[in-house]
Amino acid sequence: MNVALAKTTTGAVLDGTFAAARGRLPGVGTVAETRQQAFDDFARTGLPTRRIEEWKYTDLRNLLRDVAPLAPTPDQAALAQAAKMVETLGTGDTQKLVIVDGVFAAGLSDLTSGGGVTVHALSAMLDDATSATRADLLRSRVADPMIALNAAFATDGVLVDIADDAAPARPLHIVHVATRPSVAAFTRSLVRIGNRARVTLVESFVATETAKAYQAHDAVVLWIGDDSDLQHVRVMEDAGDAANIATAIVTVGARTKFNTFSLTTGGGVSRYQSFITMAGVDSELSTNSVHLLRDKQHGDCTFVIEHAAPNCLSRELFRAVLDDRAHSVFQGRINVHQIAQKTDGKMMSRALLLSDEAEIDNKPELEIFADDVQCGHGATIGALDDSLLFYLRARGLPEKAAQALLIQAFVGEAMESIVNDDLRDVAISAAERWLESRA
Amino acid sequence: MTALLEVKDLQVRVEDREILHGLTMTVNGGEVHAIMGPNGSGKSTLSHVIAGKPGYEVTGGEILFKGEDLLEMEPDERAAKGVFLAFQYPVEIPGVTTMNFLRTAVNAQRKARGESEYLVPDFLRKVREVAASLNIPMDMLKRGVNVGFSGGEKKRNEVLQMALFQPSLCILDEMDSGLDIDALRVAADGVNALRSPDRAMVVITHYQRLLNYIVPDHVHVMSKGRVVKSGGKELALELEESGYAQYEDAAA
Ligand SMILES: Nc1ncnc2c1ncn2[C@@H]1O[C@H](COP(=O)(O)OP(=O)(O)O)[C@@H](O)[C@H]1O
Ligand SMILES: [Mg+2]
Repeated sequence: MNVALAKTTTGAVLDGTFAAARGRLPGVGTVAETRQQAFDDFARTGLPTRRIEEWKYTDLRNLLRDVAPLAPTPDQAALAQAAKMVETLGTGDTQKLVIVDGVFAAGLSDLTSGGGVTVHALSAMLDDATSATRADLLRSRVADPMIALNAAFATDGVLVDIADDAAPARPLHIVHVATRPSVAAFTRSLVRIGNRARVTLVESFVATETAKAYQAHDAVVLWIGDDSDLQHVRVMEDAGDAANIATAIVTVGARTKFNTFSLTTGGGVSRYQSFITMAGVDSELSTNSVHLLRDKQHGDCTFVIEHAAPNCLSRELFRAVLDDRAHSVFQGRINVHQIAQKTDGKMMSRALLLSDEAEIDNKPELEIFADDVQCGHGATIGALDDSLLFYLRARGLPEKAAQALLIQAFVGEAMESIVNDDLRDVAISAAERWLESRA
Repeated sequence: MTALLEVKDLQVRVEDREILHGLTMTVNGGEVHAIMGPNGSGKSTLSHVIAGKPGYEVTGGEILFKGEDLLEMEPDERAAKGVFLAFQYPVEIPGVTTMNFLRTAVNAQRKARGESEYLVPDFLRKVREVAASLNIPMDMLKRGVNVGFSGGEKKRNEVLQMALFQPSLCILDEMDSGLDIDALRVAADGVNALRSPDRAMVVITHYQRLLNYIVPDHVHVMSKGRVVKSGGKELALELEESGYAQYEDAAA
C-alpha cells in the first residue's frame, strides 16, 4: 500500500486504520483482495474535495476532515439501547432487519424467510468460502471514492432475495441504529427483486442519546426485475452532529415501477447519492426527496439517472426547508442513452428558506444522446409568504405554528407520494418532530 | 361600561406615507357599525391595523379592545381574545385542507384562552352544522384552504370561520365585493345569525347594497383617512343618492 497516497485524507494515516480494522472485516481471499483494491481506489483521491466535480458542493475533506475509526462490535448494553430505539420507530408491522453500529443484530431482527423472501446477514455471506461470487457483494458499477471506501470497510448489512411473483405482506425494514460517539460504521445491503414482485422497502437511520459525532457510511444495491413494483421509503434522523454518507445503486427492469421517497432531518453532514439505471423498457421512476435542515447542517441529495432503455419516465422532485445557516445541495443528472427514445425525464427543485443565511445549490444536468425525448428541469427558491402567515395568525395561530402549517403544506405533496399509510405517517411524524423542535 | 372597541385619534403610516390621520370611533357590544367610503379612503388599512397586520406604523393614538391595549398584542393573541377580520381578499393556502386549518385555528385559540382542545367528533358536528347553514358542501372543506374556491365560496368560508370561532368583534371588509345577489344573501344571512348582544360587527363596504341585508345601527363615512361623518342607517341611503364627492371635498 502506498502510505503517501493514503495520507491525502487531511494527513490522517487512514491506511493505518484500514490495517488495524482488517482483522475484523469479514471475508478472506477474494473478498479481502476486493477490499484492498477498493481501499487503493479510495486512497488515490482520499475524501473527495470540491475539485472533484461530483462533490463540488460537498467537500468532505473540509466537512468531515477525517474518516473516524471503525465502531467496535456492539456489546449487550448497546444492543439493549438499540432495541429500545427500534420500539419507538412507529413504522407499524414491518419485517425489521436491525444493524447496530454497523453490525447486523440477529437478536433484534426478524429473519423469517418465506413467501418468496430470503434474508441473510452480509457478513455471513462474505465469510462463506463456498461461494464463488462472494467478492461481487462488494463490487459496484459506479466509480466513486465514498463507494470504494464503503466496500473496503463494510462490516455488515443484509442480503435480501425476493423471488419472482412474491408480494411480501409486510414491508422489509432495514434499521440502522448508532449508539457510540466518534466512530464510523460501514454498512452495505443488497436487495434482489425478481419479476412480477411487489415490494415495500423501508430504511431508517436513528441514534441513541449516547451517539454523537459519529459517521454512518452506507451503500444499498438494488436490482428490480421486470413487471415489478418497488415502493421505497428512507427516513434519516441521525444525530445533528453526525455524518451520513450513503449511496443507492439501483437497476430497474422493464415495465417496472420504482417509487422512492427520502426524508433527511438528521446529520450535520449528509449526502444521499442515488445512481439509478432504467435498464428495461416502459418503466417509471418517481423520486421525492425532502430536506428539513437547520443550524449548520449540510445536506446533499444527488441523483444520477441513466435512461438506458426506450420509453421510460422519470420524475425527480426535491424539496428543501432550510433554517438558520443550513445548506442544501441538489444535484440531478439525467443521461439519456442513444437507445432510450421516448424518454420522459423531468426534475424539479423547490426550496423554502426560513432564514437569510440558509443556502441552496442546485445543479441540474441533462445529457441527451437520443433525438425523440422530453426532458426538463426547474428550480424555485422562496421564503414563506407573508400574506399567508398573517392570515393564519389572524386566525389564532402563533407565529411558529403558522410557519409549521405552511412548511407542512410545502412538503405535504412529497409525503403524499408514499402509498403505504403507516409509512406516510412515519415520514409525517419525523417532519413534525423537526417542526416541534423549532418551536 | 367599557366599550368593546375604542379607536382614538389613530394615525397610521405605510412606508412613510400617512394613511390614517387621526381616526376615532367607538363600538359597543351588540352594535352593528358600517364604515363606508370611496376606494383608497383607508378602510382596509383600519381593519388591518385592528387585526395586527405587519407593515403598518402607528404613529399616534390608540386602540382599546375591552379596555386592553390592542396594539400591544400579537395578531394571534387578538384572535384568541375575540377579534375577527373577514378579509377582503381571503388567501389561498395550497396543501392545507380547510378542515385541518379550521381545527388547528380553533384549538390554537382555545389553548391561548386556557381552554381544552375540541374533541374531534364535537368539532366535526359543529363544522357540519355551520357548513350546512351556509350551503358549504363538506367536500369543499377537504380541499386546500380557498384553493379553487369561487369568490362567493371564499366569503362564505370567512363567515364559516366567524361562526366557529364565535368572536366578539367581527370586522367584515368588503364582504360584498365580487358576490352576486344570491351569494350575498347567503353570506349576509350567516352574518345576521351571529348578531347577538355581546358581539359587535363592523361592516366595511363601498356600496349601500350590503346594508339592505346587514342593517347597521351606526354608519360612518370615511374619506382620506378620517371619519368625516357619522349617523344612523339613513346616512347610507343618503350616500347612495348623493355619492361620496361632497365628503371628499370636506376631507380635503
Ligand atoms: N401596503 C401599502 N403600501 C403603500 N400604500 C398603501 C398600502 N396599503 C394601502 N396603501 C394606500 O393607503 C390608502 C388606503 O388604502 P386602503 O386602506 O386599502 O383603502 P380602502 O380599503 O378604503 O380602499 C390608499 O391610498 C392605498 O394606496
Ligand atoms: Mg379595501
